[in-house]
Amino acid sequence: MSSKVSSLATVEQAQELGLRPEEFDKIKEILGRTPNFTELSVYSVMWSEHCSYKNSIKWLKTLPKDGPHMLVKAGEENAGLVDVGDGVGCAFKIESHNHPSALEPYQGAATGVGGINRDIFTMGARPVAQLNSLRFGELDKARTKWLVKGVVKGIGDYGNAFGIPIIGGEVFFDKCYNTNPLVNAFSAGILEGKMISAKAKGPGNPVYIVGSATGKDGIAGAAFASKDLTAESAADLPAVQVGDPFQEKLLLEATLELAKTDAIVGMQDMGAAGITCSTTEMSAGGGVGMDIDLDKVPTRQENMKDWEILLSESQERMLVVIHKGKEKIVEAIFKKWDLHAVQIGVVTEGGTVNYFMHGEKVASVPAHSLVLGGGAPVYEREYKEPAYFQQYKKFKIESVKQPDDLKKVAMQLMKSPNIASKRWIYEQYDSMVGTNTMTTNRPADAGIVNLKGSNRALAMTVDCNSRYVNADPEVGTQIAVSEAARNLVCSGAVPSAVTNCLNFGNPYNPECYWQFVGAIKGMGKACLKFETPVTGGNVSFYNQTKVDGKEEPVFPTPTIGMIGVIKDKSKIMTLDFKTKGDLIFLVGESKDDISSSEYLVSYHGINESPAPYFDLDKEYAMQDTIKGLIDKKLINAAHDCADGGLFTTLIEMAIPNKLGFDIVTDSEVREDAFLFGEAQGRVIVGVSEAQEDEFIEFMMKQKTPYTLLGHVTKGKICVDENQFGFLDDFRTVYDNSLAEALA
Amino acid sequence: MKFGVVTFPGSNCDEDMIYTLGTLLGQKVERLWHKDTGLKGVDFVVLPGGFSYGDYLRSGAIARFSPIMQEVIAHGQRGGYVMGVCNGFQILCETPLLEGALLHNNTQKFICKNVFLKPVSKTAPISKSLDSGKAYKIPIAHGEGRFFAPDDMLKSIYDNDQVIFQYCDETGNVTDAANPNGALNNIAGITNKTKNVFGMMPHPERAADTNLGNTDGKLIFESILANI
Repeated sequence: MSSKVSSLATVEQAQELGLRPEEFDKIKEILGRTPNFTELSVYSVMWSEHCSYKNSIKWLKTLPKDGPHMLVKAGEENAGLVDVGDGVGCAFKIESHNHPSALEPYQGAATGVGGINRDIFTMGARPVAQLNSLRFGELDKARTKWLVKGVVKGIGDYGNAFGIPIIGGEVFFDKCYNTNPLVNAFSAGILEGKMISAKAKGPGNPVYIVGSATGKDGIAGAAFASKDLTAESAADLPAVQVGDPFQEKLLLEATLELAKTDAIVGMQDMGAAGITCSTTEMSAGGGVGMDIDLDKVPTRQENMKDWEILLSESQERMLVVIHKGKEKIVEAIFKKWDLHAVQIGVVTEGGTVNYFMHGEKVASVPAHSLVLGGGAPVYEREYKEPAYFQQYKKFKIESVKQPDDLKKVAMQLMKSPNIASKRWIYEQYDSMVGTNTMTTNRPADAGIVNLKGSNRALAMTVDCNSRYVNADPEVGTQIAVSEAARNLVCSGAVPSAVTNCLNFGNPYNPECYWQFVGAIKGMGKACLKFETPVTGGNVSFYNQTKVDGKEEPVFPTPTIGMIGVIKDKSKIMTLDFKTKGDLIFLVGESKDDISSSEYLVSYHGINESPAPYFDLDKEYAMQDTIKGLIDKKLINAAHDCADGGLFTTLIEMAIPNKLGFDIVTDSEVREDAFLFGEAQGRVIVGVSEAQEDEFIEFMMKQKTPYTLLGHVTKGKICVDENQFGFLDDFRTVYDNSLAEALA
Repeated sequence: MKFGVVTFPGSNCDEDMIYTLGTLLGQKVERLWHKDTGLKGVDFVVLPGGFSYGDYLRSGAIARFSPIMQEVIAHGQRGGYVMGVCNGFQILCETPLLEGALLHNNTQKFICKNVFLKPVSKTAPISKSLDSGKAYKIPIAHGEGRFFAPDDMLKSIYDNDQVIFQYCDETGNVTDAANPNGALNNIAGITNKTKNVFGMMPHPERAADTNLGNTDGKLIFESILANI
């Protein structure tokens, strides 16, 4: 190599950059020489867990990824692409921004939102809705309040200005997230015209950088995300990027305008590892190389070093390869939107990416050797069942005495931040921009997006009860998939496909890795059952913190993002009770089960119990029954039983129209388990007088059991003839508890 | 009647407004670009919601200087119709077309939710045909929506019947509890003295499509169409 500077890198430098000594040897073997520092930096980020999936890919490959509606399968492009009917393509994906959010919650969360949306529009799809899945520590801690406020404001400020509504999500609090919150952002978009590929092709074609200028923010953020979070991590602050939603909005419009021309060959957004990742992945994808001149990259500050430009994670940038001769088209579009569009290089034959600066070659790397599926390492990690797993299974409901005053329990549950309304959070998000949000005035179990000019609508949800996953990774993850499907089905949709965000501890810890393996096995099983292929997503390891030298992992949290299709908008199902006198039925089985329930944990303080009752086949059959009830218009409300159990479900159904309920419990089941247990596979439905006969006739033909619970009242809440008070009492607590806890 | 909807860089409710006026209300709509120096012959200019030029400075403070705004200001001053919703209202308050200012919400937070509006002015086309005894459900989505005007300006606004909407509860009572952002006298929107320029923080275009289960906003546009 004709490089003048760049002394050769050492194994010590490799280790400082997060590589292992054997990985340094492998780099030397690939290059046939010792890399210089810049090249080493390139390998260190591309082979980081975040970019290479080196410790997870073996298991991820076992997930079902094909289905009848898949247009682009997992791993082929920036996000999966699903046919939602009428020729409409939907791109969707979820991603984590946990580590940046732990240090700088506002920017960490904001750039997470920016990144996931770029993944969608870089494919030529216009984002139509966002969801997010957040996890924080105990709410009485000052640090947790700071994190909640910062993350929510970051998501809101970025998403609100960018102009894509946030139409749903989930928030969960537990002490395991005290230091390491989880911020998972989901976005879904609808393809406008043809899909844009992320592959570079055609030697001689120009390579452009478009969007914002490159600065020193977020340098080596990907490598940072693959390190344990420690008290010293705050010193890594420059590794957190700064977001600019205004630039992102301009980039969105310019990109979609460009997608409509015939100028474009391929495009990839610059997220983790910036120019490095986009140039090498696009080259490897198309089996070509590139010559990139770093002097031409617009920078925010003088005298940036080559490796700083290469590794910068400045936001709101894209790499675009265009057909030679179409330069003017690209430049005119970006000029219209007042954005940079600068040619920084050219596609070359062979697979080598060369980077130049000041007329010298500063790095030369074979693209294929850097990427997932190419030369990036793939590891099989050891795993071992932790002792707690069998311990938790020993839990017996008999060991818990049923409290005398269940009304008091009910009220306390309403107050739990895991149950109480998340209004304080979601009212800071623009949930209606785009005028497609169908669930603002008609609440449903999933967020629903109107597809204008079509009879169809798109439903979406994110779900994961990580307490269940911790208790039993395989079953807990099956539950997460099932709950997502259940939410879609209850809203009138047919589940279509899944994206996952896998938040786990250190993969080199065999017990953490056992949780990961179990979760993947469970996810695979459930996704096969529901015929919802996994289209992609993101793995975030190292979610833990070292306290006094001891590693404390977060609950394993495989967040499931699922989309579904509503073929006929007139059949959207809402969750609210409609009229006094309507009958309330439980579809599914009541069980003597309080395992891993919010009730068991927050009221009794018992953290050690298995996952709640779950049967995949029965769950599927129950959901099929609900689909039939909705299709035949035999119910007027449906809401699934989830966190907080049946009583919480009923309160949530009563609140929108300020109604109440009068129900009886089942003498075969403990009353506390009946009201607050979280056994799976249950949905509460509302049935009007006019629907009653046909409803019963339909249910008689189903395998899924059903029970009449009672009827809707004007506002009174009554259980087994005991007065629980009025809806307003519960509503006030439910609505305001989170705001009070955050004050 | 031909409408023109302006797109500033950072506008994000422009398409919603075009859809509402064009598709739902069947009006002719032109797209106007912030760099344009003419109004393409439109009779009624709408400034939509969003974050014009990023709004990193005071909302609307930069948009006011864009080329198109010089045309819009002249149009309004000639008696032409202009309506600003949310960011559009903020921009109009930065121009000579509307009085008052929009401060940070008193909660210091962005707020997006349904609120209720009471129509007030009996002389402004935008509220004239509405029922002042009814509460109209319209969403808000803003961080800087607290209307403010000094005493003498406020008096003149009232003397000229320029308040078009006030925040109220679902039965039409104008109360502190129904005021989402601390706006002076619950003011959600105003018009100018000559009743040809309208500004409001709530988004009527978000409540105009039957698919979304609320069409109260469509009634506001219909009042405009009936009275101009």
